[in-house]
Amino acid sequence: MPQRNVTIASSVGLHARPAGIFTKAAAATGAQVTIGRPGVAAVNAASLLMVMGLGLKHGETAELTVEGDGADAALDQLAELLSTDLDAAGV
Amino acid sequence: MAGNTLTGVGVGRGIVLGPLAVARPAITLPADEAPAADGDLARVQAAFTAVAADLQARADSAEGTLAEVLGATAQMAEDPALIADVEQRLASGTGPAHAVSEAVEQVCEMFAAVGGYMAERVTDLRSVKDRVIAQVLGAPEPGLGELTEPSVVAAEDLSPADTSALDLTKVLGIVTEQGGPTGHTAIIAGQLGLPCIVRVPGVTELTAGTVVVVDAAAGTVTVEPDAALVQEVADRRAAADRLTQDTEPGATSDGHRVQLLANIGTAADAERAAATAVEGVGLFRTEVLFLEQQTAPTVDQQVETYTAVLRSFAGRKVVVRTIDAGADKPLAFAQQSVEENPALGVRGYRLVRTLPQLLADQLTALGRAQQETGAELWVMAPMIATPSEAADFAAAARDAGLKTVGVMVEVPAVALRCADVLQDVDFVSLGTNDLAQYTMATDRLRGELSDLLDPWQPAVLDLVAATADGGRAQSKPVGVCGESASDPLMALVLTGLGVTSLSMSPSAVPAVRAAVRGHSLARCQEIAAAARAARTASEARAAALELTDPQVKQLLGL
Repeated sequence: MPQRNVTIASSVGLHARPAGIFTKAAAATGAQVTIGRPGVAAVNAASLLMVMGLGLKHGETAELTVEGDGADAALDQLAELLSTDLDAAGV
Repeated sequence: MAGNTLTGVGVGRGIVLGPLAVARPAITLPADEAPAADGDLARVQAAFTAVAADLQARADSAEGTLAEVLGATAQMAEDPALIADVEQRLASGTGPAHAVSEAVEQVCEMFAAVGGYMAERVTDLRSVKDRVIAQVLGAPEPGLGELTEPSVVAAEDLSPADTSALDLTKVLGIVTEQGGPTGHTAIIAGQLGLPCIVRVPGVTELTAGTVVVVDAAAGTVTVEPDAALVQEVADRRAAADRLTQDTEPGATSDGHRVQLLANIGTAADAERAAATAVEGVGLFRTEVLFLEQQTAPTVDQQVETYTAVLRSFAGRKVVVRTIDAGADKPLAFAQQSVEENPALGVRGYRLVRTLPQLLADQLTALGRAQQETGAELWVMAPMIATPSEAADFAAAARDAGLKTVGVMVEVPAVALRCADVLQDVDFVSLGTNDLAQYTMATDRLRGELSDLLDPWQPAVLDLVAATADGGRAQSKPVGVCGESASDPLMALVLTGLGVTSLSMSPSAVPAVRAAVRGHSLARCQEIAAAARAARTASEARAAALELTDPQVKQLLGL
C-alpha cells in the first residue's frame, strides 16, 4: 500500500484553508487516504475535523497512506498538494 | 433612577436604545432520551446534510472571509469522521441527540486544546451541533429566529452563520457575553456601523423585550434607562446624525481642502461606500480578488470587478492598489519558497521579481477598465522601497494606459526619500499600519507588542512628516489610507503635517469630517507640532488633545 513522507509547505501549517483544500482533494480521490505523524496513529484524510485536529505545522513531516484503486496517482497528487503553500490568509 | 448596568468591551463609539432580542440558548438535551432505534442514523445523517446544505447556500451568497468561514463550517457539518463517530455511538445504544452532542463536543475539546484559529472554530461547531440536535428532536432551531421589530441583539456569542442569518435592517446593536473586540461579531458590527459591546456577562439572562441602552463608547448596557439617559441617547444620536448631514467636501474651518475617501475591498463594498458622502475611494485593496482564488483570475475576470467598482464611483476618484500579497498573505495559485521573515520578504510590488505576469495582467485589466468606464482611476503599488522601483512601476502602469500613478509609503526608506520617489510618480499614499511595523521593527500580528505599534509613536509621526515634506517639495498629493486616518484626533495631526487626503472605512468619515471642519489649518499645524514635540506616544496624543477645540471634543466625545 503506497505510503510517503511529505513536508508540510503551507506557512500556517495544515489547518484553516490549506486543510480544507487538502481534505476535499483527498475525498475526491475516492481512495482510502490517511494522514498522520510518522509512527503515530493516522486519521482519515477526508475529514477536515481530524486533519485540523492533528495540528501539523509548517515544516513538519506527515505520513500519507493511500489504499484502493489508483492509489499511486492519488498519492502523487496529494503529496504534491502538501508540498505546495496553500495558504491564503483571508483579509 | 437608572436600572442595572452591565459592562463589557465596547466596539466603536455608537449609542442606541431599544428592546432586547435574546438569542435562544443551545437546546438542552432530553434527560430521558430513549436509546437509539432503527431509523435514527438516517435521521441524524439527514439533519447533518440539511444543516451543511443551508450553510453552503449562505456561503455561496456571502462574500470574502465570511464566505470562507461558512464554507469551512459546511464542510465540517458533513465531516465523514464526525458522522462515523455518531454512527458508532448510536450503534452502542446512545440516543441520537446525545450521540450528536458527545461526538461534536469531543471535537470541540480537541480544537480548544490546539488553540488559536481552531479554538475560534468551536463556536461554529457548537452552532452546527445545536441546529442538528434541534432537527433530530423536531424542536425549533436555537438562535434568534425572526426579528419582529428593530432590536438590540443579545447572544452568548454570534457565529458567522448566526450573523449571516440576521435581518440586519432590524438590528440596532449587538451585545455578546463572549467574543473579543477583534472577533467576528465585532468586525461585522464595525462594517455596518452598529453599536456593539462584547464580553458582557449576564446579558442573555435579561428578559427579551427589556429596553436597554447600549453605549459602545462607555462599554455599558443599561437596563430600563431613566429619563436622563434616554435624553442623552437622543442627544448623542442627533449629534451623530448631524455629523452625517454634513456632506460637504472635507476642509478645515478656513477652507483648506482635505479629501475624505473610503477604503474598500470588493465591488459590494464599493456599492455601499458610494452611497455615502465620500469623495471617492482612497484604497481599493485588490488582493481580495486574488486571495480567494485557486487559480489566478483572468484579465477578463479582473476587468469585470474593476469596472463594477469604477461604475459605482462614476465621477469620483478611485485609487486602486495593485496586489498586496505574498509572504504573509500567500497566493493559493503561486508556489512560493518558504520565508523566515515574511514581512521583510517577497511581498507587494516585490512579487514582480518572481511572478511578473501577475502585475502585467493586473495593469492590463485596470487599463481596460479605465477605458470602458472613463473613470478617474489612480493606481499605486504597495511595498516600494526605492525610487527606481517606483520608476519601474510607473513605466509599466503608463504603458498599460494608466495616467495617474503612485506608490504606497510603508517602508521608512521611501518616507525619508519621498521627494526622490515623487520625481517619477504622481502621488504617494501612506500605509500607516505597515509604516509603524517597519519603523518600530514590530510584527503587526503580535498583539502583545501593540504598544510599540501605536500610530502616535513620535518616530512614526516624524516619518509621516518627512513624507508630507517630500510631497510639498514636489507639489504632489500625499494621502493616508491606514488605520490612523479614521481617528479624528490623528486626522488633525495628519492635516497639520500636510497630508492632502484621508481614506478610511466609510462609517468613520463623519467624525473625521467634523474634526477637520472644527479647526483652522494653522491650528492643525500647531497640533501636529505639539504631537511631534512629545517624547512618547501617549504624550503625543495628550498634546494633540490639549489643543483640540473644546466644542469638537464634546461633539465627538474625545
